Amino acid sequence: MHSALLAIDLFFVIEKLVLIVAIVSISLVIAMYETYAERKVAAFIQDRRGPNRAGPFGLLQPLADGLKLFMKEEIIPNTSNRFLFILGPCLAMLAAMMTSAVIPWGGKINFFGREVNLQIADINIGILYVFGVVSMGVYGIMIGGWASNNKFSLMAALRGASQVISYELPMGLSLIALLMLTGSLKMSEIVGQQLDSWYNVFYQPLGFFIFFVCAFAECNRTPFDLPEAENELNFGYHQEYSSMKLGFYLFAEYINMFISSVVMATLFFGGYDIPFINDANLTQSVGVNLMALFQGLSLIIKVVIFIFIFMWVRWTIPRFRYDQLMNLGWKGLIPLSLINMIVTAALVLLKNNGWKF
Amino acid sequence: MALGSAIMVVISRNPVHSVLWLIVTFFAISGHYILMNAQFIGIVNLIVYAGAIMVLFLFVIMLMNLNAETEPQKNKWLKLAGVVAGGCLLLVLVAALKQAEVKGKVALLGTGDIGLIKNLGKALFTDYVVPFEISSVLFLSAMVGAVVIGKK
Repeated sequence: MHSALLAIDLFFVIEKLVLIVAIVSISLVIAMYETYAERKVAAFIQDRRGPNRAGPFGLLQPLADGLKLFMKEEIIPNTSNRFLFILGPCLAMLAAMMTSAVIPWGGKINFFGREVNLQIADINIGILYVFGVVSMGVYGIMIGGWASNNKFSLMAALRGASQVISYELPMGLSLIALLMLTGSLKMSEIVGQQLDSWYNVFYQPLGFFIFFVCAFAECNRTPFDLPEAENELNFGYHQEYSSMKLGFYLFAEYINMFISSVVMATLFFGGYDIPFINDANLTQSVGVNLMALFQGLSLIIKVVIFIFIFMWVRWTIPRFRYDQLMNLGWKGLIPLSLINMIVTAALVLLKNNGWKF
Repeated sequence: MALGSAIMVVISRNPVHSVLWLIVTFFAISGHYILMNAQFIGIVNLIVYAGAIMVLFLFVIMLMNLNAETEPQKNKWLKLAGVVAGGCLLLVLVAALKQAEVKGKVALLGTGDIGLIKNLGKALFTDYVVPFEISSVLFLSAMVGAVVIGKK
């Protein structure tokens, strides 16, 4: 009895470990090719060719960039705090990767008679966990900026941190409206409710819009990339960094972009649901494993569309001024999301009451 | 771990290090909550304290640019008074804890479901609705006060 229990636990551990390794490497590879895609999209929008030397169509460019960053000399300024200087990029990277733990990447797969859920941790506070990790991401920026012992870095870090914590509020408020509809904080349940029915974006268009804008701000992407405003702050909070530590900061941004696209797709666009197709019927005809593959692909396609929008916006819209940014966040988005929340609450109450006052 | 990092908060010479140790302390406390199956409280503790309040602390301390050299030398009598006050506080705490019955009340790990979000919400909005509303009024007044100070 005891050994059987242990064996099951061992399988469980192996299953989760494989899942973690797979998801981490997938997000790293996707982030790697995001850098490539970003340059290609920028080139396309600006009527250039983009990277095309390394490999066919320049496809090996991210590898070359990574190699370059690894080979470069690593400089640690001797006035800075050594430990915190190294901790900064580590934290940024860690916080970027941790969110992927609660996202359901697909349905179940059947592996040698064992049902495997394609989600690392199905905790019942999934969305709050995402928020917790996002708020940890601020420390990567702040510690890095402060430990560099440089005025520009410090200014940029303060800008970045205040931007992130002010945009967390409308983000949370827009999600509260969503949670009233779904009645659950579990990511898997939210996706499950959207399977073969209307996506949440049709119930919460305003909530989605607010969340979308806030996601831009949280990822420090243009038009909200004030922490990296080159013409005002030299280079931003990672000015003193060189070599792969700089690479980690830049990489963390791309991973954040990927993860926030995944979160948006999961919460508002049905996650791994395949649109226009009855999933249950398809599962019966093609089998569980193939279905999980299709679902994963469908999620990835949704995510790629979001990432493209991220890049499209970056190369189209100019940067905000700092006071405009704060005005938009505190005076524009927060009241809007509060109104959204109250209207949703009233409608949910009415519906539960049978549409009677 | 919580105790160790809490001690580090006090003995670190650099205020920024103190704040960072305090964040570690919050993490450890959240770990305790999660061990007691109160996931919601644990994660909210992280979001609110470690995620928002400590960032503001860090802002202030980073901008004040405190160094060991600029730290003013404290009066000897001030130190003595501090020791006496701290000792009195310790005495009161020990006396209060002595009364409490600890034995047989060790919290069981992984049991209890009051910390889960459903039960917590029910408890807050049925049994404890008056204290809950009063505390929200308190928050509102604090917010109004902050706005008034900011307008000056």
